[in-house]
Amino acid sequence: MTFLLELIVSALIVFGGAFALVGSIGMVKLPDLLTRLHAPTKATTLGVGGALAASMVFFAAFEDDLSIHEVLITAFLFLTAPISAHFIAKAHLHEHTELRDDLPPTGRPQGWSTFESVPDTDEDEDGDDARAAHH
Amino acid sequence: MIEYALNFGFFALSLAVLLNLWRLLRGPSLMDRVLAVDTMVINIIALIILFGIQQRTTIFFEAALLFAMFGFISTVAYCRFVLRGDVIE
Repeated sequence: MTFLLELIVSALIVFGGAFALVGSIGMVKLPDLLTRLHAPTKATTLGVGGALAASMVFFAAFEDDLSIHEVLITAFLFLTAPISAHFIAKAHLHEHTELRDDLPPTGRPQGWSTFESVPDTDEDEDGDDARAAHH
Repeated sequence: MIEYALNFGFFALSLAVLLNLWRLLRGPSLMDRVLAVDTMVINIIALIILFGIQQRTTIFFEAALLFAMFGFISTVAYCRFVLRGDVIE
Protein backbone atom coordinates (compact mmCIF):
# COMPACT_ATOMS: atom_id res chain seq x y z
CA MET A 1 0.00 0.00 0.00
CA THR A 2 2.80 2.38 0.91
CA PHE A 3 4.61 1.42 -2.27
CA LEU A 4 1.50 2.14 -4.33
CA LEU A 5 1.07 5.56 -2.72
CA GLU A 6 4.73 6.38 -3.28
CA LEU A 7 4.34 5.33 -6.90
CA ILE A 8 1.33 7.63 -7.32
CA VAL A 9 3.14 10.60 -5.73
CA SER A 10 6.28 10.02 -7.82
CA ALA A 11 4.29 9.64 -11.04
CA LEU A 12 2.40 12.88 -10.35
CA ILE A 13 5.64 14.77 -9.62
CA VAL A 14 7.30 13.49 -12.81
CA PHE A 15 4.15 14.25 -14.83
CA GLY A 16 3.96 17.81 -13.49
CA GLY A 17 7.65 18.52 -13.99
CA ALA A 18 7.61 17.14 -17.53
CA PHE A 19 4.62 19.26 -18.52
CA ALA A 20 6.12 22.42 -17.00
CA LEU A 21 9.31 21.77 -18.97
CA VAL A 22 7.37 21.14 -22.20
CA GLY A 23 5.43 24.37 -21.70
CA SER A 24 8.60 26.40 -21.24
CA ILE A 25 10.31 24.76 -24.22
CA GLY A 26 7.24 25.67 -26.26
CA MET A 27 7.51 29.26 -25.10
CA VAL A 28 11.10 29.40 -26.35
CA LYS A 29 10.53 27.56 -29.64
CA LEU A 30 7.22 28.93 -30.96
CA PRO A 31 7.47 31.74 -33.51
CA ASP A 32 5.35 34.67 -32.28
CA LEU A 33 3.51 35.85 -29.21
CA LEU A 34 0.01 34.65 -30.02
CA THR A 35 1.28 31.09 -30.53
CA ARG A 36 3.62 31.43 -27.56
CA LEU A 37 0.61 32.28 -25.41
CA HIS A 38 -0.62 28.73 -26.00
CA ALA A 39 2.38 26.93 -24.49
CA PRO A 40 2.46 28.12 -20.85
CA THR A 41 -1.21 27.22 -20.31
CA LYS A 42 -0.07 23.59 -20.26
CA ALA A 43 2.45 24.47 -17.56
CA THR A 44 -0.31 26.13 -15.55
CA THR A 45 -2.97 23.47 -15.73
CA LEU A 46 -1.01 20.22 -15.92
CA GLY A 47 2.39 21.18 -14.47
CA VAL A 48 1.22 22.95 -11.32
CA GLY A 49 -1.85 20.69 -11.21
CA GLY A 50 0.39 17.60 -11.10
CA ALA A 51 2.64 19.06 -8.40
CA LEU A 52 -0.36 20.10 -6.29
CA ALA A 53 -2.06 16.72 -6.67
CA ALA A 54 1.21 15.02 -5.68
CA SER A 55 1.50 17.20 -2.59
CA MET A 56 -2.12 16.51 -1.66
CA VAL A 57 -1.69 12.72 -1.92
CA PHE A 58 1.66 12.92 -0.10
CA PHE A 59 0.41 14.87 2.92
CA ALA A 60 -2.82 12.85 3.15
CA ALA A 61 -0.96 9.52 2.99
CA PHE A 62 2.32 10.06 4.87
CA GLU A 63 1.70 12.94 7.27
CA ASP A 64 -1.96 12.22 8.18
CA ASP A 65 -2.70 15.81 7.38
CA LEU A 66 -5.38 16.33 4.75
CA SER A 67 -4.97 19.92 3.62
CA ILE A 68 -7.13 21.90 1.23
CA HIS A 69 -4.56 24.62 0.57
CA GLU A 70 -3.70 22.89 -2.70
CA VAL A 71 -7.28 23.11 -3.91
CA LEU A 72 -7.20 26.82 -3.11
CA ILE A 73 -4.04 27.39 -5.16
CA THR A 74 -5.35 25.27 -8.05
CA ALA A 75 -8.67 27.10 -8.08
CA PHE A 76 -6.93 30.48 -7.99
CA LEU A 77 -4.59 29.56 -10.86
CA PHE A 78 -7.42 28.11 -12.96
CA LEU A 79 -9.46 31.27 -12.44
CA THR A 80 -6.67 33.74 -13.18
CA ALA A 81 -4.83 32.05 -16.08
CA PRO A 82 -7.47 32.89 -18.75
CA ILE A 83 -7.77 36.47 -17.49
CA SER A 84 -4.04 37.15 -17.71
CA ALA A 85 -3.85 35.43 -21.13
CA HIS A 86 -6.71 37.59 -22.37
CA PHE A 87 -5.02 40.75 -21.11
CA ILE A 88 -1.69 39.82 -22.69
CA ALA A 89 -3.32 39.07 -26.07
CA LYS A 90 -5.31 42.31 -25.96
CA ALA A 91 -2.28 44.42 -25.06
CA HIS A 92 -0.33 42.70 -27.86
CA LEU A 93 -3.05 43.54 -30.41
CA HIS A 94 -3.06 47.15 -29.27
CA GLU A 95 0.71 47.34 -29.46
CA HIS A 96 0.97 45.89 -32.98
CA THR A 97 -1.60 47.71 -35.08
CA GLU A 98 -0.63 45.84 -38.27
CA LEU A 99 -2.21 42.67 -36.82
CA ARG A 100 -5.69 44.23 -37.00
CA ASP A 101 -6.03 43.42 -40.70
CA ASP A 102 -5.70 39.69 -39.98
CA LEU A 103 -8.54 39.58 -37.46
CA PRO A 104 -11.63 37.61 -38.55
CA PRO A 105 -14.77 39.67 -39.34
CA THR A 106 -17.30 40.11 -36.57
CA GLY A 107 -20.35 39.61 -38.83
CA ARG A 108 -21.84 42.93 -37.70
CA PRO A 109 -21.62 46.49 -38.95
CA GLN A 110 -19.27 47.30 -36.07
CA GLY A 111 -15.71 46.02 -35.95
CA TRP A 112 -13.92 44.54 -32.96
CA SER A 113 -15.17 46.31 -29.87
CA THR A 114 -11.70 46.75 -28.40
CA PHE A 115 -10.66 48.93 -31.37
CA GLU A 116 -13.83 50.95 -32.05
CA SER A 117 -15.80 53.43 -30.03
CA VAL A 118 -19.29 52.59 -28.81
CA PRO A 119 -21.75 52.63 -31.74
CA ASP A 120 -24.58 55.14 -31.62
CA THR A 121 -27.65 52.90 -31.35
CA ASP A 122 -29.63 54.44 -28.51
CA GLU A 123 -32.40 56.04 -30.59
CA ASP A 124 -34.60 57.13 -27.68
CA GLU A 125 -31.88 59.30 -26.30
CA ASP A 126 -31.26 60.78 -29.75
CA GLY A 127 -34.96 61.61 -29.98
CA ASP A 128 -34.88 63.30 -26.59
CA ASP A 129 -31.81 65.24 -27.59
CA ALA A 130 -33.48 66.36 -30.81
CA ARG A 131 -36.62 67.47 -28.93
CA ALA A 132 -34.49 69.29 -26.36
CA ALA A 133 -32.66 71.07 -29.15
CA HIS A 134 -36.01 71.95 -30.75
CA HIS A 135 -37.34 73.68 -27.63
CA MET B 1 11.42 6.54 -4.84
CA ILE B 2 9.86 9.92 -4.08
CA GLU B 3 13.37 11.36 -3.68
CA TYR B 4 14.28 10.44 -7.25
CA ALA B 5 11.01 11.85 -8.54
CA LEU B 6 11.63 15.04 -6.57
CA ASN B 7 15.11 15.33 -8.04
CA PHE B 8 13.66 14.98 -11.52
CA GLY B 9 10.97 17.53 -10.69
CA PHE B 10 13.52 20.05 -9.38
CA PHE B 11 15.67 19.53 -12.48
CA ALA B 12 12.75 19.95 -14.91
CA LEU B 13 11.30 23.00 -13.18
CA SER B 14 14.69 24.70 -12.81
CA LEU B 15 15.34 24.15 -16.50
CA ALA B 16 11.89 25.57 -17.23
CA VAL B 17 12.68 28.68 -15.17
CA LEU B 18 15.97 29.07 -17.06
CA LEU B 19 14.14 28.83 -20.40
CA ASN B 20 11.66 31.46 -19.19
CA LEU B 21 14.60 33.65 -18.18
CA TRP B 22 16.01 33.28 -21.70
CA ARG B 23 12.70 34.42 -23.15
CA LEU B 24 12.58 37.29 -20.64
CA LEU B 25 16.00 38.54 -21.71
CA ARG B 26 15.55 37.86 -25.42
CA GLY B 27 11.82 38.45 -25.99
CA PRO B 28 11.37 40.70 -29.01
CA SER B 29 8.26 42.52 -27.81
CA LEU B 30 7.20 43.89 -24.46
CA MET B 31 4.35 41.41 -24.03
CA ASP B 32 6.77 38.49 -24.54
CA ARG B 33 8.57 39.61 -21.41
CA VAL B 34 5.33 39.92 -19.46
CA LEU B 35 4.33 36.42 -20.57
CA ALA B 36 7.77 35.12 -19.57
CA VAL B 37 7.41 36.56 -16.06
CA ASP B 38 3.88 35.14 -15.78
CA THR B 39 5.09 31.65 -16.71
CA MET B 40 8.11 31.98 -14.45
CA VAL B 41 5.88 32.72 -11.47
CA ILE B 42 3.83 29.61 -12.23
CA ASN B 43 6.96 27.43 -12.45
CA ILE B 44 8.25 28.89 -9.18
CA ILE B 45 4.94 28.02 -7.48
CA ALA B 46 5.45 24.40 -8.56
CA LEU B 47 9.06 24.55 -7.26
CA ILE B 48 7.89 25.84 -3.87
CA ILE B 49 5.33 23.02 -3.61
CA LEU B 50 7.94 20.39 -4.44
CA PHE B 51 10.25 21.93 -1.83
CA GLY B 52 7.42 21.62 0.69
CA ILE B 53 7.09 17.91 -0.15
CA GLN B 54 10.85 17.44 0.28
CA GLN B 55 10.89 19.20 3.65
CA ARG B 56 7.67 17.44 4.73
CA THR B 57 6.10 20.69 5.89
CA THR B 58 2.93 22.49 4.85
CA ILE B 59 4.28 25.89 5.81
CA PHE B 60 5.16 26.82 2.22
CA PHE B 61 1.60 26.78 0.91
CA GLU B 62 1.01 30.33 2.05
CA ALA B 63 4.13 31.38 0.16
CA ALA B 64 2.86 29.60 -2.96
CA LEU B 65 -0.53 31.27 -2.64
CA LEU B 66 1.09 34.69 -2.20
CA PHE B 67 3.20 34.07 -5.30
CA ALA B 68 0.10 33.12 -7.29
CA MET B 69 -1.74 36.29 -6.26
CA PHE B 70 1.25 38.54 -6.76
CA GLY B 71 2.02 37.09 -10.19
CA PHE B 72 -1.54 37.54 -11.39
CA ILE B 73 -1.83 41.09 -10.10
CA SER B 74 1.51 42.15 -11.58
CA THR B 75 0.61 40.69 -14.99
CA VAL B 76 -2.77 42.42 -15.08
CA ALA B 77 -1.30 45.69 -13.81
CA TYR B 78 1.40 45.70 -16.48
CA CYS B 79 -1.10 44.89 -19.24
CA ARG B 80 -3.38 47.67 -18.03
CA PHE B 81 -0.43 50.03 -17.98
CA VAL B 82 0.34 49.16 -21.61
CA LEU B 83 -3.32 49.41 -22.65
CA ARG B 84 -4.36 52.55 -20.81
CA GLY B 85 -1.14 54.28 -19.81
CA ASP B 86 -2.22 54.06 -16.19
CA VAL B 87 -2.82 51.25 -13.69
CA ILE B 88 -5.65 52.77 -11.63
CA GLU B 89 -7.68 55.49 -13.30
